[in-house]
Amino acid sequence: MKIRMNVNGNWREDDVEPRTLLVHYLRDVAGLTGTHVGCETSICGACTVLLNQEAVKSCTVFAVQANGAQVTTIEGLAREGKLHPLQQSFWEEHGLQCGFCTPGMILVAHQLLCRNPHPTQEEIRKGLEGNLCRCTGYQHIVKAVQSAASKMSATEPVRAVAAAG
Amino acid sequence: MIPQSFEYHVPRTLEEASRLAAQFGADGKFLAGGHSLIPMMKLRLAAPKHLIDLTCLRDLAYIREEGEHVRIGALTTHFRIESSALLKEKCPLLPETAREIGDVQVRNRGTIGGNLAHSDPAADWPAAVLALEAELRAVSPRGERGMAAKDFFVDLMTTALASDEVLVEIKVPQLGHGTGAAYAKLHHPASGYAMVGVAAVIALRDNGAVERAAVGITGVGPKAYRAFAVETALHGKPATQAHLNAAAAHAAEGVDVNADLYASAEYRSHLARVYTRRALEAAVKRARAAATA
Ligand SMILES: Cc1cc2nc3c(=O)[nH]c(=O)nc-3n(C[C@H](O)[C@H](O)[C@H](O)COP(=O)(O)OP(=O)(O)OC[C@H]3O[C@@H](n4cnc5c(N)ncnc54)[C@H](O)[C@@H]3O)c2cc1C
Ligand code: FES
Ligand code: FES
Repeated sequence: MKIRMNVNGNWREDDVEPRTLLVHYLRDVAGLTGTHVGCETSICGACTVLLNQEAVKSCTVFAVQANGAQVTTIEGLAREGKLHPLQQSFWEEHGLQCGFCTPGMILVAHQLLCRNPHPTQEEIRKGLEGNLCRCTGYQHIVKAVQSAASKMSATEPVRAVAAAG
Repeated sequence: MIPQSFEYHVPRTLEEASRLAAQFGADGKFLAGGHSLIPMMKLRLAAPKHLIDLTCLRDLAYIREEGEHVRIGALTTHFRIESSALLKEKCPLLPETAREIGDVQVRNRGTIGGNLAHSDPAADWPAAVLALEAELRAVSPRGERGMAAKDFFVDLMTTALASDEVLVEIKVPQLGHGTGAAYAKLHHPASGYAMVGVAAVIALRDNGAVERAAVGITGVGPKAYRAFAVETALHGKPATQAHLNAAAAHAAEGVDVNADLYASAEYRSHLARVYTRRALEAAVKRARAAATA
């Protein structure tokens, strides 16, 4: 089936089998291997991307469901060679060790900060509950998100997500 | 972890969706958020030949107040319910329940209609719609009909919906004066689903006695159920701790209690009683606060 998708700002058109998962489309067709496959069973969050600004586990979405949509992967966050404040903060605060979970962590944290620019530590932990990390023990990830929150409120206005009902 | 091949259909109207489903029969399945169906397809526990995507029917994602009811479109995501200002004011049990489902990514995709139609024995929404005595409305080529929540859940992952029937709306009566509701859930530590989840609605009379109790329980039996024995035990009684305790003891009465790797039937029955007591306590507290507000 023919689909059109805006990935990190660029429209692309591809012919995919309906059963192709979005994560495989992004990695194998679009060549964006920053989105990781961890568990393949909707649990670990390593495959998290933004679909129309909402964090989703791309191993649990068919590529055809994202027809016409806007998708942001970890490759789409840096601007003109400058790391996104979340990426910068994960680096500075040691929010990663092996880095396998990091793309998913950063994108779900992006979702969190869009909806709640000044989260408490508890709200950060709740916001990241769908993402697993085998290395860090989470402490530094939470610190990285806190640090990014203060950077982002100081520098760039956080994009709002449409309010509900 | 790759599902079997299927044909993907994007109906433009509700009529077209249910007509396609009628045409495909057992070979077809509706797709909403996909967060129950896709995991099953990846494990090849489900292998539909045709998927009929309902998410293009944007008219079915809404939350609105109409007279004495709030109406929620079946395609409304858990996140929209969790964050709805209208529901926080008019029916806080729904956002309270939504918040307990899975994680933020699951709540962004999963829909209340898909959750109810799937009727997983450990899903959260069934408990809430049972306790709220919601009406579930469905459309098929034969027309539209409403079902009481208590008649909707038939057996393990089986509902009263026909295979070509689209669940379109959850119609929830607003709680009256002096009424409180609460949801008490024990999360499965890995999956996030309910080991046990109890939704309770309590209406108190001016003298503090229980006018009405409605209790929905999930995670305990093959399907979510109304705990009528708990409700009857409370009716007309003062909402004292002793009466709540005594009523909660009936939580798993007459139920064929699930036993699995995580919890024996005996332990689950115990959990059902403990979480029923907690839900009742919280609902009574809120009913009292609502009466004095
Ligand atoms: C990691 C993870 C954790 C989860 N944790 C929880 C949890 O804690 N609690 C919980 O309750 N759920 C949980 N879920 C399930 C989640 O809530 C699902 O979103 C929900 O059960 C199904 O809704 P859906 O919109 O995704 O439906 P789908 O998966 O698209 O569909 C499910 C079934 O319902 C049918 N269907 C869908 N919509 C309709 C309709 N409108 N009319 C008729 N039939 C329809 C489909 O044909 C299919 O058979 C979890 C899921 C995952 C992946
Ligand atoms: S790979 Fe998608 S959640 Fe683990
Ligand atoms: S840094 Fe290794 S899994 Fe998180």
